Amino acid sequence: MPGVGTVYRWELFKLRHQKRTYIGLGAAIIVPILFVLAIHLRHHHDRGGGFAFSDYLDRSGLAVPLVILLFGAVWMFPLITALVAGDIFASEDHNGTLKTIFTRSLERWQLFAGKALAASTYAVVAILLCGTVAVVAGSLQSGFNSLQSLSGTIVSAPKALELVYVSLLVYLIPIAAIVCIGLLLSSVTRNSAAAVVGTLMVSLLIQLIGILPGLGALQPYLLSTQFNAWQGLLRTPTDWEPIVRAAWVCALYGIPTIGAAFLIFIRRDVAGG
Amino acid sequence: MTADASPSTPPPIEVRGLVKRYGELTAVGGVDLTVRSGDVYGYLGPNGAGKTTSLRMMLGLIRPTEGSVRLFGRDPMESVRALQGVAGFVEAPTFYPYLNARKNLEMLAAYDGNGAPERIDEALDTVELAGRQRDRVGGYSHGMRQRLGIAAALLRDPKLLLLDEPATGLDPAGMRDMRLLIRRLADQGMTVLLSSHLLTEVEDVCNRVAIVRQGRIVYEGEIAALKRGAGTRYWLQTTDDERAAAVCRAQPGVEDLGEAHGHITFTADEAAAAALSQALVESGALIKAMAPETVTLEDLFFELTEGEAPTPAPAAGTPPPAPARERAR
Repeated sequence: MPGVGTVYRWELFKLRHQKRTYIGLGAAIIVPILFVLAIHLRHHHDRGGGFAFSDYLDRSGLAVPLVILLFGAVWMFPLITALVAGDIFASEDHNGTLKTIFTRSLERWQLFAGKALAASTYAVVAILLCGTVAVVAGSLQSGFNSLQSLSGTIVSAPKALELVYVSLLVYLIPIAAIVCIGLLLSSVTRNSAAAVVGTLMVSLLIQLIGILPGLGALQPYLLSTQFNAWQGLLRTPTDWEPIVRAAWVCALYGIPTIGAAFLIFIRRDVAGG
Repeated sequence: MTADASPSTPPPIEVRGLVKRYGELTAVGGVDLTVRSGDVYGYLGPNGAGKTTSLRMMLGLIRPTEGSVRLFGRDPMESVRALQGVAGFVEAPTFYPYLNARKNLEMLAAYDGNGAPERIDEALDTVELAGRQRDRVGGYSHGMRQRLGIAAALLRDPKLLLLDEPATGLDPAGMRDMRLLIRRLADQGMTVLLSSHLLTEVEDVCNRVAIVRQGRIVYEGEIAALKRGAGTRYWLQTTDDERAAAVCRAQPGVEDLGEAHGHITFTADEAAAAALSQALVESGALIKAMAPETVTLEDLFFELTEGEAPTPAPAAGTPPPAPARERAR
C-alpha cells in the first residue's frame, strides 16, 4: 500500500540522481577540508582569531567542527539546506511533473510529507557529514586531543567528541526552521532559483536585524541567534536555556511556514506543465 | 463500440455545469457531458477552447469555479480515490528527465500500488519502448514521451483513459501508431476520452463526440447523428448555372443553396434530389454532373466552431442545425 514512506524513499532516490544534492554535500565536505588546510598553511603569528575555540584549533582537531558551526551559520549551512528544501517542490513545477504525481494513488498530503521528510533528511546528512569530515580532518591536522570548554574546564577527547555530535544535533533545530522556510518559498515561488536565493536572503536579513542598533531586545528571538544555542553544551555546567529557547523560537518560525507551505501545496491548481 | 452499462452503474465521466474562471476570463463556460462505458469519446475544439482546462478539472488537478465532475460517480476533487481505475495525461506527459524510463515507471507504479509494478514490462511492450527503457527520459523524443505517457497510464490498469492531444507533434507514422494503440485499447473494453483537434483521428477512432467552442459545448452525441443532422449535400454542375440556381431555389426540399467556382451545392434528401434533376432537364439547364458530397467531421466542426458566437449546447445526441453555407474550398 503506497504511503508517505513510498514517497520518502523515492524522493531520496531522486535526490541521489540530482547534481544539486552533490553540490550541497560536496560543499559540506570541502569546506572543513579547506578550513583545515588553511590552518595548516597559515603563518604562526596569525594564529588565534579571538573567537570561541580559535585558540584551540592547533591543539585539538575537535575544535574544528565547532568553529565551522560558528561561521557556517552565516550563509553556508542555510545555503546548503536551501539547495534542496527550496527546490523540492519547485523542481516539480520546473519539470511539469506535479500533474504526473497528483494523478496517481497518493493524496497530496502524503506527497508533501514525503518530500518534506526527504528535504529534512538531506539537511541532517549534510550537517553530520560536514561535522564528521571536520572531526577527521581536524584530528589529522591537530590531533584527537582534549578540548577546553567555554567555561575554561578541560574536556577529555571522547567526551569532547560526544559534545561535538550533540552540538551538531542542536544545530539542526534552526536548520529545521530553514528547511521550513525553504519549503514555503519553494511552494510559493514555484521557482527553484528564487526559492534557494530567497531562503538564503531571509536567513541573512534576520542576521542583519540582529546587528541593527536599537533592536538588541529582539536578539534572543532571532533565528540567527538560535544557531549559537549549541554553545550551551560547551559550558560547565551545561546551559540548557539557549537550547530550550532555540526549540520554541525555531518552532515559531518553522510551524507557520511549513503550515503555509502545506496548505499551498494541497490546495493549489496545477494549471501548467 | 458502446457497451450498455447497468442503469445503476455511474457512467465513467459525468460532467455537469462545469465552469472555470480566471478573474475576468472564462476558460470553461458551463460544460455538460457524459461519457458512457465503452465509449471512445472525442472531445473536440480549437486551441484555447477550454479542452485541457476541462480535462484538468476531470482529473482533479484544478478546482472548478462551478459545477461538478464525477468519475464512476466519485468526485476527483475530494480524494485521489476517485481516480481509481482512471488514468491519462493532460498536454504532454511529463517525467523526471534525469531518470530513465523504467525508473520513472517504477516510481509511478510504487505510487499506484495495486499490482502496478508487475505491469511495467507489459506496458513498455505495449508502447514498444522496452528496448529504450534504460535511457534517460531527458533524451527522449516527443513521440517517445507520448508513448511513455500511455505506458504510465496503463500501469494503473485503467477502465477509463483520458488522453489530451496524444498525437500532437507526432510524425505521420507516430500518429498512425497512436491511433492503432487507442483502437486496440478500446477493443479491449477500455473507455477512452480523447481530447484532440485532429479531426481525422477523432473521426477514425471515436464513436461519440463533444465539440467545445469558447468554453461551451456546442454539440454532444454520436458522430453518425451529427452527420445525419447535417443532411446530404449535393454538388451540381450544369450547362446553365444561373438558370439551374433559380430552379433549385424554387424546388421544394432543396435547401442551403451555395454557388461557387462554377458549381452549385445544396442539401436535399434523395427524393428531392431526383425531382430536382427532372426539373432541371425540363428547364433546359442540362446536368453535367450531380453527386452527393461526403460530409466530414471536419466540415461540421468548422461549421460549429467558426463564425457567430456559440449558442447553448443542444441536448445530448441532438443534431445541430444543418450547415448553412458551403465551406470555402
